Amino acid sequence: MAWFKRKQSAESAKERLQLVLIHDRTDLTSVELNVLKDELLQVISRHVDIDRDAVQIEVEHDGRAQRLVADIPLRSVTRRRAG
Amino acid sequence: MTAQVVTISSGKGGVGKTTAVANLAVALAMEGDKVVCIDGDIGLRNLDVVMGLENRIVYDIVDVIEGRCKLRQAMIRDKHLPELYLIPAAQTRDKNAVSPSDMKRICDELRLSADFILIDSPAGIERGFRNAIAPADRVLVITNPEVSAVRDADRVIGILEAEEKHSPALVINRLNPDLVKQHDMLSAEDVLDLLGIQLIGIVPEDEAVIVGSNRGTPVSQDPKSRAGQAFRNIARRLKGQEVPFIEFGNRQSGLWDRIQKMTGRR
Repeated sequence: MAWFKRKQSAESAKERLQLVLIHDRTDLTSVELNVLKDELLQVISRHVDIDRDAVQIEVEHDGRAQRLVADIPLRSVTRRRAG
Repeated sequence: MTAQVVTISSGKGGVGKTTAVANLAVALAMEGDKVVCIDGDIGLRNLDVVMGLENRIVYDIVDVIEGRCKLRQAMIRDKHLPELYLIPAAQTRDKNAVSPSDMKRICDELRLSADFILIDSPAGIERGFRNAIAPADRVLVITNPEVSAVRDADRVIGILEAEEKHSPALVINRLNPDLVKQHDMLSAEDVLDLLGIQLIGIVPEDEAVIVGSNRGTPVSQDPKSRAGQAFRNIARRLKGQEVPFIEFGNRQSGLWDRIQKMTGRR
C-alpha cells in the first residue's frame, strides 16, 4: 500500500524547521558550526587527550534560548600509560 | 478609558493578518468594546474591503499625519457596529509617508476614547512593520502551520524580542485538522514547540472566512462558523478572560494538556 510507505510530511517539516531556525537565530551556518567544532576540539586536545569519535557537539534549543552543548569524553590517563 | 494597542504581524504575507484584524475587531465590538482599527499597510490598502467599508473612505492616515484632516474625520464607522471604526491606509503613497512616532502620536490621541486599537501590520520586517509595532502594548504574531510561514514568524519574534516588546502571543491560522491527523500538517503543538512563545488562539481552516471577505462581513459575526468562534475566543482572551482552547486534530491524547500548560492556562 502506497500510503503506508509514504514519508510523513509533518515530521519532515518539523525536523527541517528545527535546523533552519537554529541557524536563523544564531546566524551560524552548518559549515561554520563544523569549523567551530574543529577549533574547539583542537584547543581542548592541547590540554587533554580526548576520544574524538565519541564527541557530540550540537546546538540545542530550550524554548527560544539556544545553547551549544558539548559532550567530549576524555581518554583515561591510566589506560594511556598502560598502552 | 485607556485603550490597549494590539498589533497583528506575521513576517510572511498572505497568512491572514488582515482577516484576523477585521475579525478580532468585530468580535471585540460585539462584546461592547469601542475599537479602532488602523490599516498599517500604506500603499496596499486592504482592511477596508475586508470590513466592507471601501465606499466610505474620504480621508486616510496620511491625510491625518500631513494635517489635511482631523483624526476624527479619518475614522470610518462600521455599517453594523456603532463602536467600531477604521482608519484606512493611504493607497497612493508609500510607507515612508508614515514614521514610528506618527503612529505613536495617533495611538496616544485615540487611547483615551477607545478600549482597543488594532493595527494591521504590513508583511515584511521593514519600515511599515516598524511603524506598526512602535505604539503596540501587545503584538500578536500570526502564522500558518506551514514551513515558510513558521520560519518568517520566528524572524519577527526575534525582532520583537530584540526591541523588548513584551512577549508576543501566537495565533495559528488555517489549521486543517484532517491534515494534522494524517501527519501531513504541522500540529499546533509542533508550531508552539518550534516558536516557543505563548499561544493565544488556533483558527481552523474554514471556507466561511472567504465568504465573509467576499461580502465584507467578517466571519466572527457568523455564530455557526468555527473560525468565527475561534476569533471570538481570541478576542475574549485579549480582554483577559480565560477561554479553553478548542481541540483541532491532535494526534495523541495528552498533548493538549501540554499545550494548556505551555500557555499557562492550567
